[in-house]
Amino acid sequence: MTAVTLRNDATAAEATRWTLPGTRDFEIVNAMIAAPLLDRGAWRWRAWWIGFVISLALTLAFLFAVFLVFERGIGIWGVNTSSVWGFAIADYVWWIGIGNAGTLISAMLLLMRQKWRAATNRFAEAMTLFAATVAGIFPIIHLGRPLYFYWLTPYPNTMALWPQWRSALIWDFWAILSYILFSILFWYVGLIPDFATMRDRAATKVPRLIYGALALGWRGAARHWHAYEILHLALACLGVPLVVSLHSVVGMDFAASLMPGWQETIFPPYFVVGAMYSGFAMVVCLAALVRWGFRMDGLITLSHFDVMAKVMLAAAIVMGLSYATEWFNAWYGGERADRSLVAFEFTGAYAPMFWALLLCNVVIPQAFWSAAVRSSIVAVFVIAVAINVGMWFERILIVWNTLSHDYMPGMWRLFIPTIWDWITTLGSLGLFALMYLVFVRLVPVVSMHEVRKLVAEEAAS
Amino acid sequence: MTGLLLAEFADAKQLVAATQRVRGRCRLIDAYTPYPVEDVVELLEHRRSYIRVAMLIGGFAMAALTYGAEYYSAVIDYPYNSGGRPFDAWPTFMLFPFATGILVAAVAGFTTFLAECGLPRLHDPLFAVAGFERASQDRFVLALERPDADDDRRQMIGALRGAGAVAIREVEP
Repeated sequence: MTAVTLRNDATAAEATRWTLPGTRDFEIVNAMIAAPLLDRGAWRWRAWWIGFVISLALTLAFLFAVFLVFERGIGIWGVNTSSVWGFAIADYVWWIGIGNAGTLISAMLLLMRQKWRAATNRFAEAMTLFAATVAGIFPIIHLGRPLYFYWLTPYPNTMALWPQWRSALIWDFWAILSYILFSILFWYVGLIPDFATMRDRAATKVPRLIYGALALGWRGAARHWHAYEILHLALACLGVPLVVSLHSVVGMDFAASLMPGWQETIFPPYFVVGAMYSGFAMVVCLAALVRWGFRMDGLITLSHFDVMAKVMLAAAIVMGLSYATEWFNAWYGGERADRSLVAFEFTGAYAPMFWALLLCNVVIPQAFWSAAVRSSIVAVFVIAVAINVGMWFERILIVWNTLSHDYMPGMWRLFIPTIWDWITTLGSLGLFALMYLVFVRLVPVVSMHEVRKLVAEEAAS
Repeated sequence: MTGLLLAEFADAKQLVAATQRVRGRCRLIDAYTPYPVEDVVELLEHRRSYIRVAMLIGGFAMAALTYGAEYYSAVIDYPYNSGGRPFDAWPTFMLFPFATGILVAAVAGFTTFLAECGLPRLHDPLFAVAGFERASQDRFVLALERPDADDDRRQMIGALRGAGAVAIREVEP
């Protein structure tokens, strides 16, 4: 393994700033990315094993909690007749938001010809895949009778019934299903040339066979690349509207209802921005971990963190404006229940979480105006974690506040999570981490062919 | 078929220059590169790609199919009045055709991509050529038809050397 530890030149204002000079060689790039996976002797996976054991334990706890939901029903959660959606839907919205950003970053930056996507797209797309998978579990377990979730599909049945196409639940089902399958395909297409590189670098038989099969016989021929570029670009063009529609649908799950605080036309775009925001924050966290874990200082540079911090800053401002728009509309619309809900948000039982949300999502990210903060990986990482926590509070409170403060004061009941709510939520983090750790152990975590191209361009200029 | 000449270059620029130099003097087979080099694609003659056409057809066909399924189930087979909404409530029906249409467009594109590339083909005679494994890592390989006459062959090898080839291999058919 070639450890490249070079001084980061944060002030490098030239165009060639997405890799460090010492990395601008094909073999260094290949070795940096492939060696941890192929050269078992040279690479210790101690931190990986620690993470693996912890996430496996959390995953088992999660599976047990999900089993209990199937076995005993959702009565084990803190939900009640008013707050019918507790953690499950909030967690779903949070995870699917994170699951949006990978494809968004990858596809949108490809269409905008942003070179810095080269080092980040692979692990961002993997994040999408696993976050969307975790997200997909929650709508199923929230159903009450989760074992009948397949009723959402149109299939010939003895009751001669069809799904209710006007229902937001059906939209969710198809949006998530299509999105996950699409993301797998988009991710795999980008991986084929890298699997070929892994096949050609593998010194032993088993990895060569596995990577060789996954590479489908890719030879890097000019006509292969020509077809690859056409397909990849076309998929990116389709991916962006799919991402936007997916989270708009999540927003419409709420907006299509008749509840105060939910029935707002701002919800679909507001959810899309929120998704991009939390997803970018998660990508920043993963970028820092990948950079540290694989010693990729030369490929994931301070400039990457700088530019992602700027995106988060822009998203923070849009989020702040969205919150303010909601409050303004509640006041300006004059509806008693809406006004009462906003008052409840600021002063009610969940107010401390609400203030924490505003702090994490709107106030703290303003630190990104400072170039010094943006050029400190620790600072960017800490703020990104805060944003993720803040976005989780936001998802939680969208569900809790409205449901516990409906039109009818006689129906006002709080949601208090039980131990099983917490185990499901924390366990889902473990499941995500487990899938992610398996991914970094088996698949090149950064796109080798795209970085090779970037490196060639930066070395030439 | 006659044999091949495989000329290895250290960077894309030399590959492009060499391709330009030998083009017209012999039949170019293909170029193998560790990342897409657009200039070479343009120099080599290629069939038109139908990936985007397939995606368009696949996407719209699936969208039409799913909308048709919605229409059939909600209007013809099992119509029922849900809060006075029209049976064919098209705005709420749109998401299903949209999402599945995009998915099937992607699948159609991927299948066409595989067909046009001749993949999956797990083994290729080129894989047996020593040094070819670097074409997926750090070498740019130009494959051309080996001229039959000795003089032509020597001239061609000389031209490739002159263009900066670091290695030239002759591959028997």
